[in-house]
Amino acid sequence: MRVLVVEDDALLLDGLSVGLGLAGFTVDAVATCEDADAALSAQPYDAVVLDLMLPDGSGLDILASMRGGGNTTPVLLLTARDQISDRITGLDAGADDYVGKPFDLDELSARVRAVARRGQGRAAAKLEWCGVMLDTARQTASLNGEPLMLTRREFGVLRALMEHPGMTVSKHTLEEALYGWQEEVESNAVEVHVHHLRAKLGAGFIRTVRGLGYRLAEEGA
Amino acid sequence: MRSIRARLLVVLLGSTGLVWFLAVVWIYFSTQAELERVLDARLMEAARMVDSLLTDHRVDLALASIDGNGTSGPQSRAVEPQSYERQLSCQIWSLDGTLVGQSEHAPQGRLTDVKQGFSETDVGGETWRVFAIENEALGVRVMVGDSIRIRDRLVSEVIKGLVAPAALVLPFLGGAIWFSVRRGMSPLKDMEHALAGRDANDLHPLPEARLPKEIAPAVEALNGLFRRVADARDREKSFTAFAAHELKTPLAGLKTQAQIALASADGEVHAHALRQISAGVDRTSRLVRQLLDLAAVEADAEQSSLVAVRASELVARIAGNLSLPSAPPIEVVYDGLDADRPVRIDPVLAALALRNLIENAIVYSPQGARIVVRLSACKGRLDLCVEDEGPGIAADELSRATDRFFRGRHRSSEGSGLGLAIAKEAVSRMGGDLSLENREPHGLRAVLSLPAEELP
Repeated sequence: MRVLVVEDDALLLDGLSVGLGLAGFTVDAVATCEDADAALSAQPYDAVVLDLMLPDGSGLDILASMRGGGNTTPVLLLTARDQISDRITGLDAGADDYVGKPFDLDELSARVRAVARRGQGRAAAKLEWCGVMLDTARQTASLNGEPLMLTRREFGVLRALMEHPGMTVSKHTLEEALYGWQEEVESNAVEVHVHHLRAKLGAGFIRTVRGLGYRLAEEGA
Repeated sequence: MRSIRARLLVVLLGSTGLVWFLAVVWIYFSTQAELERVLDARLMEAARMVDSLLTDHRVDLALASIDGNGTSGPQSRAVEPQSYERQLSCQIWSLDGTLVGQSEHAPQGRLTDVKQGFSETDVGGETWRVFAIENEALGVRVMVGDSIRIRDRLVSEVIKGLVAPAALVLPFLGGAIWFSVRRGMSPLKDMEHALAGRDANDLHPLPEARLPKEIAPAVEALNGLFRRVADARDREKSFTAFAAHELKTPLAGLKTQAQIALASADGEVHAHALRQISAGVDRTSRLVRQLLDLAAVEADAEQSSLVAVRASELVARIAGNLSLPSAPPIEVVYDGLDADRPVRIDPVLAALALRNLIENAIVYSPQGARIVVRLSACKGRLDLCVEDEGPGIAADELSRATDRFFRGRHRSSEGSGLGLAIAKEAVSRMGGDLSLENREPHGLRAVLSLPAEELP
């Protein structure tokens, strides 16, 4: 799950990158409106964490241009100005949630997960498919009730596939969900993760769609 | 008397009444004098008329005497003369002292003992004004007189005619004065009502339309004060809001880093978070210090106090007091100024301004850059110049760079947007000014120009 964090304070930006990374997100961090616009136009995100006061403008401007351009990516506003009127302004401008500084990192992670989930049209916090259950909050998985040990990357691949059951997910999309800008992606990394998942879940659980990507096997297949 | 209205009422009513009273007194005396003159002339004329009638023998003395005696009776004389008819009484006496004749209603006694001319006599309990004339040819003395009482009544009637309408009009006049004073004072009353009903936060201006021009300046001045107070309050409010924002963000960063340090088992992540916390605490303490600096500079309690300080001492004091660790090398140049010669300056404010400029330079200096602090004195001014090799300030942001919390495009993660604002505030309290200019190829030159007396 890929998240864009827009925050001009270096200390907090670093904290958010690391903290959300620990919570299982792939984080891209930018500090200005300009960089945020560039990032948003370059690739899709599951959620955006947006500070209001930025050096070259307001987070509300980014929000307005996103919504004006038809971008429906869930946005969570992060700001020190948390008067009720500020919250109302932010939410009415198209934000999905609002968190005042300072905040609890776990709560922020949960809220980002929640707005991202809503953005995908899901209400349940857990993903389930053919006996496999993913708890996105705890980052744990189980197969037929038995705990399943997955690495962070394996969990990410499985989550990306289970968020769109029955649909083919391209290798590129999986790479984007797993790796941020700063991270080197090896050309066969996704294949390696899928290979490990097949070893743990059974060879038929993930199907390769030649030339397109991967998708989950039909239920009951 | 503290009430303007009461004072106006007293003054207006009192002066009107006094003018009226003086007029009455004046008219009383002048009427009396005039009447005296006219009536005296009439007496004289009447006496002469009677005398000439006797002389010409147009009236027979004996006849006059019978006529006079025949009609005058004691009963009719007892009747008070009600009107101004029969004011005059006439007596004709022979020179040897016998009454030859008299007019109707003339008093019983002799009107006067004076032989000729005017006199006043008491006859039968009444005072008479009499004019006597002697006719030696006929051997008679003609006396014509009128009663002083009647004269006085005449005067008092005239005065009554004057005072009665005044007495009637006076209450109306008083009412009119009272009403117009009240109306005249109503804008003050309105103002009082408008202000008394306000709570402390209501700083809206009072309406200025249709005010009398005596009150308009007061209302304008009051509205000016309201504006200034509201501005000051807004500044304070936005300052507090900004300060809260600026403090909340690093606090959020600290908390996040602390939670990461607690949650992560990875030693590298743990150590990184702790390093971030340490740096964050340094930065936040500097921010708090700057907020206090700003408060100190703004607390305009006392005038800046000038003390003789050596320039080298000033720089040394700042160097030992920087709130930024790991500073790049700072080179101090004394340009046309003896470092050990004392200058008269406010050391606290000057140090505050210079320290913030130096810290600003440190924050924006890239690795390996150097900072030059140049001190020069010229014609009673001390210039403290700080040059860095940082990114400078974008030309369109130069004018806003000294605004509080303003952070331009070339911002540093360690800056707070307060340093230049503090320097500017401090320098303007010392009566100097702060100028900023970009250097070639890059960097900023900030010059504090202070009025300073160089001592021998």
